[in-house]
Amino acid sequence: MYVAVKGGEKAIDAAHAWLAEERRGPTDVAELSVAQIKGQLKLAVNRVMAEGSLYDPDLAALAIKQARGDLIEAVFLIRAYRTTLPRFGGSVPVDTGEMACDRRVSATFKDAPGGQVLGPTFDYTHRLLDFKLAADGEVPDAPEGTSDGVTKPHIMSFLDREDLVQKEPEGPEVPPDLTRAPLELPATRALRLQSLTRGDEGFILGMAYSTQRGYARNHAFVAELRIGTCAVEMEIPELGFAIEIGEVEVTECETVNQFQGSKTEPPQFTRGYGLVFGMSERKAISMALVDRALRWEELGEDNLGAPAQDEEFVLYHADNIQATGFLEHIKLPHYVDFQSELELIRKLRRDAEARDAHREAAE
Amino acid sequence: MQQASLAGGFADPPHQSSTAFRAIMQVMARPGRIETITGGAAPAPLSGAASSVLLTLADPDTGVHLAGAFDTQAVRDWITFQTGAPLVAAPAAQFVLGAWADIDLTQLAIGTAEYPDRSATVIVELPALSPEGAILTGPGIRDRATLGLPGDVGVFQRNAALFPLGVDFMFTSGAQIAALPRSTKVSQCTSNQR
Amino acid sequence: MPTGRLRNDLPLVFAYFWNNEGAGMSEYNFAYLDEQTKRMIRRAILKGLAIPGYQVPFASREMPMPYGWGTGGVQVSAAVMTQADVLKVIDQGADDTTNAVSIRRFFERTAGVATTEATEAATVIQTRHRIPEVPLSEDQILVYQVPIPEPLRFLEPSEVETRKMHALEDYGLMHVKLYEDISAHGAIATSYAYPVQVEGRYVMDPSPIPKFDNPKLGMAAIQLFGAGREQRIYALPPYTQVVSLDFEDHPFEPSKADHPCGLCGATDSYLDELIVDDAGGRMFMCSDTDYCQARRAAGHVGALAEDAA
Repeated sequence: MYVAVKGGEKAIDAAHAWLAEERRGPTDVAELSVAQIKGQLKLAVNRVMAEGSLYDPDLAALAIKQARGDLIEAVFLIRAYRTTLPRFGGSVPVDTGEMACDRRVSATFKDAPGGQVLGPTFDYTHRLLDFKLAADGEVPDAPEGTSDGVTKPHIMSFLDREDLVQKEPEGPEVPPDLTRAPLELPATRALRLQSLTRGDEGFILGMAYSTQRGYARNHAFVAELRIGTCAVEMEIPELGFAIEIGEVEVTECETVNQFQGSKTEPPQFTRGYGLVFGMSERKAISMALVDRALRWEELGEDNLGAPAQDEEFVLYHADNIQATGFLEHIKLPHYVDFQSELELIRKLRRDAEARDAHREAAE
Repeated sequence: MQQASLAGGFADPPHQSSTAFRAIMQVMARPGRIETITGGAAPAPLSGAASSVLLTLADPDTGVHLAGAFDTQAVRDWITFQTGAPLVAAPAAQFVLGAWADIDLTQLAIGTAEYPDRSATVIVELPALSPEGAILTGPGIRDRATLGLPGDVGVFQRNAALFPLGVDFMFTSGAQIAALPRSTKVSQCTSNQR
Repeated sequence: MPTGRLRNDLPLVFAYFWNNEGAGMSEYNFAYLDEQTKRMIRRAILKGLAIPGYQVPFASREMPMPYGWGTGGVQVSAAVMTQADVLKVIDQGADDTTNAVSIRRFFERTAGVATTEATEAATVIQTRHRIPEVPLSEDQILVYQVPIPEPLRFLEPSEVETRKMHALEDYGLMHVKLYEDISAHGAIATSYAYPVQVEGRYVMDPSPIPKFDNPKLGMAAIQLFGAGREQRIYALPPYTQVVSLDFEDHPFEPSKADHPCGLCGATDSYLDELIVDDAGGRMFMCSDTDYCQARRAAGHVGALAEDAA
C-alpha cells in the first residue's frame, strides 16, 4: 500500500525559515550591519559589484549579508535586481587618465610623471595571522599625507608617443551591450571585455595563469596598474552637454606584451587591458592577460589551441551565475530522464544476456 | 510633432500588449486564422490592427519601414513617439508596413543561412480580410486552411521556397489580423478544390 | 540629476544609474519582465513559430531564479501570459515537485494569474521533462524548460560549428552517432532528449522528455521552448510534422517501464520508479500526477493503492 506524498509547498516554506535563522546565526552575537560589511569587507563588496555589473556598494553589502557571505550567491542577487532597473542612458566613457589614484604602480619604468603610489596593498604584508584583530581590531591611524594633486598620465602613452605600441582601432560609437543582446561569435573586443570584467574572478585568474605557464604564453609586463575614482558623466540631450552624475572606483591594468611582428604587423609592443569596478587588482591583471591572449587573431598570431585563446570557450564559461545555476540544477529531480536511462540499461542488459545465451547454446 | 502622435497608444501597456501579442501569436502559429486585435489607433491610413502590432512588437531595437502612402509625417511621428522605433530604409527594416502594391519584397531582409530569423516581417494593410482564397498547408495547419491573399500566389510560393529563409507576412484590416509565415505552402484555389 | 525625458534607447556603456527606491514585488511589472524585454522575447517567439525547429537567439535576462532551473521557460511564459490565463507548472510530470511549486508561486506573485493542477483547465502549461498524458487542445500553450537546446552539442561542443551544421543541413554527425549506438549496443542508446527532425528540415532537441513522449510532439497546442542560459527560443506550431530520428531497420520505439501504475492501474502512462522498502522493493506510479489523480477520482484503482487494501 502506498500513499503519494505531497509536501513541496510546506517543505519550501520550512527550508526558507530555517535558512533565515541560519543566516542570523547565534542571537547572543550582535547582528552584522550592512554598513559594517560595506566598510570592513570592502574587497568582497567590490567583487560582488564587479561580477554583478552594478556599481552600488550598499546593495552589494546587503547582498553579501543576505547570501551569508557566499559571494557568487550575492552576485546572483545583484544581477537579478539589476535586470529590473530602468535604463536612463549610457555614460560618457570614463577617462581613467583623470583618475584620482589611491594606488598606481608600474613594472616597466622605475619612475614616471605622477610617480608610483603604493596605496593600501597587501603586497608587502607578511601573511601572519594577526591575533590582535581577534581581540579588539583597533588599529593606530595611518599617517596622513596630502594629495600630490598631480595628474598621472598613462604610462602606455609614453610608449604610444614613440610609436612602439600597436595602435588600437577605434571602437563603435555606441558599444554593444552583452546584457541586452545575445552573445554572437566572433565577438567584438568590446563584448569580450564586458564578458571578462563580469566574469568569475577565479575562472579569469585560472585562464590568465595558464597563459603564464605556457598555454599561449605572451609575456606580460604590467605597464601600469591604477586604482582610484573617476568621474562619471552623462550627456543630457536636453542640455546639449555632459554633466557629472557621480564617481566610481575602478581598477585599471594595462599590460605591455612582447610581440615580434607578424605577416601583417611590424615588430612592436601590444597591449592587454583590464578594467574592473572597485579595488579588484587580481581581477584586472587577469583580465588584461586573457584579453591579450584572445587577440591572437587580430594580431596575426598563431592559434596554439590554448584554452585562453579560444574565445568561445572563455566567453561561454566565464560567467559564474550561468555556470553555478547549470551546475547546481543537476540536484533537481531528474526522475523522468533517469527512469528512461534505467529502462534502457535494463533492456540493453537483457538483450546482451540473450545474445550470450544464444551463443553458448550454439557452441 | 502633432498632437495626434500623443494619442492612440496603449493606455495600459502590460495588459493590452499581452492580449494583443496572444492574437498575433495565434495567427502566426495558425496560418489562415483571423483574429481581432485592438488597443492601438495610429493616424490614418494605419488600421487599428497594424497600430496594435507596432505597439506590441516595435521599439528602439527594431527598424520600421513605411511603404508608399503609409509613409506620412503623421504616421512617422506617431511611431517615433509611441514606440521609439527608428524609421529605416526597406533593406534594414524588421517591420515593413504598407499596401501590397507599394511593398517591394526583393528589397527586404530574408535572413542568412545561419540566422534565418534576421528577416523582415511584412505587415500588409488590406481593404478586408477574407477567410476564402488561397489554400494553405504546412506547420500550424491540421489539414488545410484558406485565406484571401493579395496579388499573385506565386509571390508567396517563391517566398516559401526560400525556407528557412524568407519573410513572414501579417495581414491587417480594421481590427482584424491574419498571418502567413514563410513555412506555409500556398496553392491557388481552384473550383474543383472547393 | 535633472528631470526631463531622457533617451531610453542607449545601450549600457559602462556604468549606469537608477532610482533604487522601493523594490517590493508590487514594484515589478506584470509577469516580472519589463515591457521592452517582453517585446524582444515576443519577436523571438514569432520568428521561432515561422521557422519551426530553428533556435532563435534572444537576449535572455537574468531572472530571480538560477540558470538551469527554468529561466528560459519562465521568460517565455511571462512573455505569452495574459491576466486571463490559467497556469499549470509541472516538473517531472508533477505539480508538487519543489521547483514547479517555486515557479508557480513566482507567477502567482508577479502576474497574479490563476493557477491549476488540472491539465484540461490550464491555458498555459510550463513543463520540465514531460508532456502531459492527456492530449492538449488548440487553446493551450505548452512551454518547455530547456537546458541545452542544441541537439548536436554533445557531438560538437562549438556553437560556431553547430550553427554551420544547421545552416548546411549537415546532420551526418547525428546519424553516425545513432548508428554507432546500434553497432555497439544493438539499439539506439538515447532514451530522453531524443532528437527529432521538424518538417524535414531542422534537427531539434525536444528538451529532456523521455522518448515515450516524442510521439506527442505533433500536437494541437502551440509548443514553445525556452533556454535561458543558452539564450535560445524555438517553437513548434500546432500539427507540425515532427519525426524522431531512426533507421529503417531500427525504427524509433517510444518506451516506458513495462508495468501498470501502482496507484491508478494505468498501463498507457509514463511511470516513475520508487524504492519502497529496505529490501529494495519497487513500485511504479504515473509521473503525470494530475493524470493519476483524475483516474483515481474516476474510480480506477491500482494494485498498491490505499483503496485497494
